Amino acid sequence: MAGAASLRQIAFYGKGGIGKSTTSQNTLAAMSHYFEKNIMIVGCDPKADSTRLILHEKAQDTILSLAAELGTIEDVEMEQARLWGKGLFDKETPGGWINCAESGGPEPGVGCAGRGVITAINFLEEEGAYDEEGLDFVSYDVLGDVVCGGFAMPIREGKAQEIYIVMSGEMMAMYAANNISKGILKYANTGGVRLAGLVCNARMTDKEYDLALELAQRLGTQLIHFVPRNNIVQHAELRRMTVVEYSPYSDQAREYKELARKIVYNDMKVIPTPITMDELEELLLAFGLEDEVDESQVGKAAEA
Amino acid sequence: MGPESLEAKQKAAIEEILKAYPEKAAKNREKHLGVGSPNDENQKTCGDVRSNKKTVPGVMSQRGCAYAGSKGVVWGPVKDMIHISHGPIGCGQYSRAGRRNYYIGVTGVDTFVTMNFSSDFQENNIVFGGDKKLGKCIDEIEVLFPLNNGITVQSECPIGLIGDDIGAVARVKAKELDKVIVPVNCEGFRGVSQSLGHHIANDTVRDFIFDGKVNVNTSDVETTEYDVAIIGDYNIGGDAWSSRILLEEMGLRVVAQWSGDATLKEMALTPKVKLNLLHCYRSMNYISRHMEKEYGIPWIEYNFFGPSQTIKSLRKIAAFFDESVQKKCEEVIAKYQPMIDAVIAKYKPRLEGKTVMLFVGGLRPRHVIGAYEDLGMEVIGTGYEFAHDDDYKRTKEEIFRSTVIYDDVNEYELEAFVKKLQPDLVASGIKEKYVFQKMGLPYRQMHSWDYSGPYHGYDGFAIFAQDMDLAINSPVWAHSKAPWEKEG
Repeated sequence: MAGAASLRQIAFYGKGGIGKSTTSQNTLAAMSHYFEKNIMIVGCDPKADSTRLILHEKAQDTILSLAAELGTIEDVEMEQARLWGKGLFDKETPGGWINCAESGGPEPGVGCAGRGVITAINFLEEEGAYDEEGLDFVSYDVLGDVVCGGFAMPIREGKAQEIYIVMSGEMMAMYAANNISKGILKYANTGGVRLAGLVCNARMTDKEYDLALELAQRLGTQLIHFVPRNNIVQHAELRRMTVVEYSPYSDQAREYKELARKIVYNDMKVIPTPITMDELEELLLAFGLEDEVDESQVGKAAEA
Repeated sequence: MGPESLEAKQKAAIEEILKAYPEKAAKNREKHLGVGSPNDENQKTCGDVRSNKKTVPGVMSQRGCAYAGSKGVVWGPVKDMIHISHGPIGCGQYSRAGRRNYYIGVTGVDTFVTMNFSSDFQENNIVFGGDKKLGKCIDEIEVLFPLNNGITVQSECPIGLIGDDIGAVARVKAKELDKVIVPVNCEGFRGVSQSLGHHIANDTVRDFIFDGKVNVNTSDVETTEYDVAIIGDYNIGGDAWSSRILLEEMGLRVVAQWSGDATLKEMALTPKVKLNLLHCYRSMNYISRHMEKEYGIPWIEYNFFGPSQTIKSLRKIAAFFDESVQKKCEEVIAKYQPMIDAVIAKYKPRLEGKTVMLFVGGLRPRHVIGAYEDLGMEVIGTGYEFAHDDDYKRTKEEIFRSTVIYDDVNEYELEAFVKKLQPDLVASGIKEKYVFQKMGLPYRQMHSWDYSGPYHGYDGFAIFAQDMDLAINSPVWAHSKAPWEKEG
């Protein structure tokens, strides 16, 4: 395994569109700025939007697009693929620093994005990105569900040890959270990966907090933080910034600081206990998110 | 050894061998092992063995994959086409030129069989897809080898995994270059053995070669009443050549060889023949059936190993035609009889009573039995790598005595059978060869004839007899025992 013994490797997983990239960048920014942690972000999504708020850029060149352009992965240089954070997160400014890499991947519908993630992480390892002096955290931001072996790469042996699942109180987000727990369980005994908590990125749906808390308990983990909705996040994003940089004294910045503190001092890392689809449905029923279905009505069209 | 005692010994061997397995594996393998009796009406297949099933994980099977069946067997020998091994380099390089498909032509100019064309996939091609690279490969082939008459794309495993659309690339390029380009989805993970690869390849022949899809002016082609095609002869060591001379001598016109020394055009013209002669049933029965159904061309199976089977087959073929052919057939048989008598007179005394165990691929586990028996040798065990039920049904008619039948036999089983049944000769493939030679047993490689051949027809039989004699009666075996194992 590459990197120093004290290096912590964490990953943010979650359903597509849940706000994973936004939440992870804001949280990592807080970890770096307030707790002086040095962090490498590895984006594992072909969309390549896991680092833009740190870099103040639209999207950085991905490892795989560079490889495609130059011919082979062996031709890619580390300086091209890994960039240093801007503003607060530069190596020269006080506090911790952040550097960033994106795996990238093919156009939708061709090739194998999962293999792309494996290729990109192997590249960073071989080029010594994990051996950077002073590096405290590596954070992976991973696409959606655990759809194939490639996207499980960060939770395989020697990679991410702590998984944070970003979710909300919606059915599909909870379904994805449960599925990701199954993926973690699969590798928990061989690779030592642990579920470290759910981050609820609030949609302000009914009883969202209670539901998230209940799911966390069923999975055997904690609801590490309930991040309320606040438009300031979107305002910051328009300037390609994190809230920590855009408005450090805002309520929302304090929320991310609190989440950052909890992650830095987190000592609850468990092998998850995923639940069945039926149990999940029951849970939603109990919280009134779904109405009890009259079996005689199943499959019938609405009456005009 | 009487027939009863042989059968008892064979049954005991099977029982003993199964004991080494865990219960589940034993239950599976038990169905693939049996003892066949000649013309036993009660047995559904020879020895009642089950076949064409998934190999038990963990055993050393000798089977190949679908890519091997398509690229290595069916398409590979078509000499004027270029066959791209599409994917990483290994599949193409390690299957290169190993099968000894002889052909006439200038390699690299108008024929390409022993060359390796590979798209040589790199990491990037997996991640971003390889369709563009395939198109580029085809363009390069056109520039470097302009005399090629067509291209096939033989998919390796990753193509199916990443979902590349080789069919679309082939369509576009075929139109652009006005050339036959055949996409073959023969990814190695498909099916249980190379057998599915044969089927997939046959289907692509059907879809891309027939019905005017190859640019050949069929209206100009003169046909005769005596036109035949050799189907399922891959011309290993020249087998098809030593077969076709016999057919020609009895007045038939061989217009196509499938696919040893074959050209694309002769394959495209095959639907005009009067009769298809099928040697390797397993790998080309599909296309024979298709031609029967679609163009009304009958097909018959024949066997050119050893004089007994050759004579039987020549007469069977002649019976399909008029008296002139039948008369010439008898003349051919009479002409070669003195040569065969001489071969048997020379080798039979040296080989009589020697026992043989076989394990080969598609047709030889039954087809070569007659050739050994002609030399007075006794086949006591046989089996196929990838046969189906119909092959094992046909085997019933070919065995002479109680014969142990092992389907998809693995390394452990074959070695154990040989140790228990003590044959004088083991005849199988290259992967098994050195196991037995190191045990001090005579061995012949029956996939590619060990750098020898041909073995088909009368000429082939003379070489076959000599090779078996060389293997069994070589003085080297007298020196194969280690000093500390010698008595006294």
